[in-house]
Order: sequence, then C-alpha cells, then structure tokens
Amino acid sequence: MYDFAYHKPSSVADAVKLLAADPDAKAVSGGHTLLPALKHRLNKPSSLVDLSGIAEMRGVRREGNALIIGALTRHHEVANSEEVKSAIPALAYMAQHIGDQQVRNRGTLGGSVSNNDPAADYPAAVLGLGATIHTSKRKIAADDFFLGMFTTALEHDEILVAVEFPIPEKAGYAKMRNPASRYVMAGAFVSKGPKGVRVAINGAAACVFRQSEMEAALSSNWSADAVAGIKQPADDLNSDIHGSAEYRAHLVTVMAKRAVAAAG
Amino acid sequence: MPQVSLTVNGKQHTVEVEGRTLLVELLREKLRLTGTHVGCDTSQCGACVVHVDGESVKSCTTLAVMCDGASVTTIEGLAKPDGTLHPMQEAFREYHALQCGFCTPGMVMSAVDLVAKNPQGLSEKEIREGLEGNLCRCTGYHNIVKAIAAAQDVMHGKRETVAAAAE
Repeated sequence: MYDFAYHKPSSVADAVKLLAADPDAKAVSGGHTLLPALKHRLNKPSSLVDLSGIAEMRGVRREGNALIIGALTRHHEVANSEEVKSAIPALAYMAQHIGDQQVRNRGTLGGSVSNNDPAADYPAAVLGLGATIHTSKRKIAADDFFLGMFTTALEHDEILVAVEFPIPEKAGYAKMRNPASRYVMAGAFVSKGPKGVRVAINGAAACVFRQSEMEAALSSNWSADAVAGIKQPADDLNSDIHGSAEYRAHLVTVMAKRAVAAAG
Repeated sequence: MPQVSLTVNGKQHTVEVEGRTLLVELLREKLRLTGTHVGCDTSQCGACVVHVDGESVKSCTTLAVMCDGASVTTIEGLAKPDGTLHPMQEAFREYHALQCGFCTPGMVMSAVDLVAKNPQGLSEKEIREGLEGNLCRCTGYHNIVKAIAAAQDVMHGKRETVAAAAE
C-alpha cells in the first residue's frame, strides 16, 4: 500500500472541503472495500478523508413512511435495529447476510452504496426499494444514482450522507453466493409499495439493474409463479470462472422467485 | 507522522505510525504482540481478528490511525493476569479445537464476540454461520464448533467448566 495523508473531519462541511481541496483524495469509513483495493495498488489516493467521526451521518430514524439511515451506520447495526426489523425486515435480513461478522462490524451503508460494487448487496436494496440518496448537496433517486461498475452519480467532493428508504408493503431479498468469496453471483431484491413493484438484480451484471419484465408480471400477479417463466437474457451479464452468463441468467429467475416467496 | 493513542489489553500506548500502517502491523511490529496472525491479508481468513471497542474486526483491514482512542483486545489479553485461561481458550484446549494453531487466535477472538453478542445461546448451525469470517485448514471445524458450544454455556453461567459441559 502506498502511503497517504490522513484526515478525520468532524462535520460534513469539513469533509467536503478536504475532498474539494485534493482531486486525488478518497473518502473512507469502514474501509472494507477501499483498503483491499489500496493493498493491491489499484488505487493511489494522496489523502484519505475518514468520515467515521461525523456524528450527523450515523443512526436510523423513522420519518413518516420512510426510514432514514445515516451513511455511517454499520451493517451489524442495521441488521439488529428494531426500527429496521419492524419497518423493512427484508433490509435487516439483507444486512445480516453481508460478508461475515467482522465485515458487518466495520462496513457501512454509505461505503457499500457509493462504491457500487457489482457484487455488493446494498445497491439491490436501494434500487429495489426505490430509495432516495441524500448527499451533501442534493437528493438523488436510486434510478439515477447507479451508473455503471463502481460508478455512481456522486461527484468527487460530494458525500453520501444518508439513504431514505420508503417503507414497502412487502419486500424480499434472495441471493446466490459464491461459496468461497461469499460475494453475490446473482441476487434479487423485490418490493411492492409506494414506489410500485420493483425488482432489482445485483451480482449478475456490471451494475445493479431493474428487471422490468418481472416488475410488470408481479404488478398484475404478486406471486413466485408470476416470475418463474421469465427468462433473463444472458447478453451483457457477467461471465467468469465462477459462473457463465447463461448460468447467471438462470440464477436471476431463481433468485427473483425466492425473493418474492420470502416477501410473502 | 500521525500519532495514535490507544489502549491495548488494558495498557495505554502512544505510537507514531504512517497513515497506511495497519492495526495488525502496529500490534505485531510496534507492540510485539505476535499472537495476532496475518493469514490471507485480504480480509477473508480471519487469522487477524482482534476486538476494537468490544467488537471483532479484521485487523489486516483496519488502519491503525482509525483506532485512535480505541480500546483493543488481542489474544494475549484474554486470559486473566494470573494465567487462568478464558473459558473459550479452555474449551479450545479441552475439545482439541486446533491442530496447527495458526487460525486459533482469530478463531477464539471471533468466537468470544459471537457468544457475547448472543446471550440467548447459539445452535450448532448458528455457530457455523457465525464463523464464516474465519478459515481453518486443519480441523474441518467440528471440534471448533463443539468447543464454542461448550464455552458459551460457561460464559452464560449455565455450566461451571467446559469439562462439565462435555459430559
């Protein structure tokens, strides 16, 4: 790992200033994606801006028909939050199944969402629930946020502060994990609620995406059978030593069925 | 160079580090606490697990500077000062839950956090799931799971010794 300067601001405003002052700076919170990337020298930031001391970015609160979760909230906290478990149990379930115990103790919502790893769990929940991203300068709909592999609408000096999840009537998540790395091979987060019926697929392609054919089918008939016959085209899906694009396409349907069944 | 002040196994330390210094490097190379191991160095194997403010973390994927002000417990800090082993350590010995021993410090630290967070008690399946972040290449996990099941009874005050739990 190359060395870097280290800053630990205590407010969003100070963090934004530090990022704006250095085009090669990177924000970090739990570090469980960034530090492995730095070890491989895939990234060479001149400075790290550690957001973990910013109290205003932490915690879960309910506002009307939505849960607002601070970007620094760790996976373990979301998984065990009574507020999350009662309002959006599928979100707590998803958080409980990220990585392993130690990853959940360090990894954060904001880190996962702003990194947008194709095999990450959180982007599926954010897109599948039709959440709204609150940043240091604006609000961005999930549909406009995830732009491509490791790419989001966030600007360099813009910090993801919180995510607003509308509370659905029903939601479910299912994934097939790579047995060694535990990363998602294909997953589906489905929901029915104020944002209509949504089906978000993660792990299968370069970026999380909505499966509109399944959404249409579930809108007229919310049941696992409704998606069972829908085949995901294999074009543009990931293909690697862990699974071909055709295999992942098959998994998409299976995971969608399981997610709907889990949602009830 | 940045300075870090932290408590390790109850002892206060102030150490100069680089921004990039990992917590495990601080522990092993600066404080010479070599019980914490580095296995994969990619946050998968769990040989480097220590407790930071009471929670198990992978010290190979934590910057030392991020632990300023924190309280860290390593495998060296688990036994009592008089040498009496922690029930989890005692159980690993009793149940032969190790062969080469390389994964053992991380395994024990993860298990202590897992049991402490689940006072209702864990089933065999839950123990296995809780160990997903720790790899062992020797034992096939069976005796590790048995040891943790016995230790949890002692840690929760249901049995007096791990040997009694073995009956």
